[in-house]
Amino acid sequence: MGDMHEDAEPGGAMSKSPATREFARRERPLSPHLTIYRPPITMTMSIIHRITGGALYFGTLLVAVWLMAAASSQATFDWVNWAFGTWLGRLILFGYTWALMHHMLGGVRHLVWDTGAGLEKHTASKIAWATLVGSVLLTLLIWIAGYMARGA
Amino acid sequence: MSGKNNTDMRTPLAKVRGLGSAREGTGHFWRQRLTAIANIPLTLFFVGFLIALNGAGYAEVRAALANPFVALMLALVLISGLIHMRLGMQVIIEDYITSEGLKLATIALNTFFTVAVGVASIFALLKLAFGG
Repeated sequence: MGDMHEDAEPGGAMSKSPATREFARRERPLSPHLTIYRPPITMTMSIIHRITGGALYFGTLLVAVWLMAAASSQATFDWVNWAFGTWLGRLILFGYTWALMHHMLGGVRHLVWDTGAGLEKHTASKIAWATLVGSVLLTLLIWIAGYMARGA
Repeated sequence: MSGKNNTDMRTPLAKVRGLGSAREGTGHFWRQRLTAIANIPLTLFFVGFLIALNGAGYAEVRAALANPFVALMLALVLISGLIHMRLGMQVIIEDYITSEGLKLATIALNTFFTVAVGVASIFALLKLAFGG
């Protein structure tokens, strides 16, 4: 029966104003809208701060091994020196340097926040980007300086 | 921790005043910040020291580490850094480990690891400094 009233359609019970129907037809984002969600940079840097902290925790073993090797014998020290100098050793030490610089700059950010400054959304985002860029630059600077010091 | 709170005459506010439920007040927070501040110049010294020493051999490294100023600075780097990392790892453990038994065990392990790394490193530093 083509002349049937709209209210009789399946699911269209009770009365709906044209405005309500228009509103329901529009495609609206579903919270939290996972398909286009992008974590804010402050969140990413916060996660990285914790990960680098955890990495540095175990990185102290490298410092301890190096000091113990220096305090023991020439053979032990040479072996540790060789291990640190391999490509894998250098990669780990490069990562260690970056973790240290990122955690340090992230820490400075936290100390600034402790005073109540820099908490405005856009300021916080800018500082978060600055810690990322700063940590990469400092890491590169340290390794360039290291190679220039000896060329090893 | 009696569990018989119905006989406790103190208000909830009175119980958390002063040192709080963990009995250490803001000690954790404060030591984390204090060591964080100390770690900035100490880390920069340590990194600078390693840059200058890059590629050095056994004898040269031993001589550098035997310098009293270097030995003292590295001891401070280790002590401040180790206290800071122990506090940080404790927070990570408390955040992610929900089982009480495992939490207690890992918090104890956290302290043992920190002390082991510290004692081994500082013994090595002293041995080098006092000509071992």
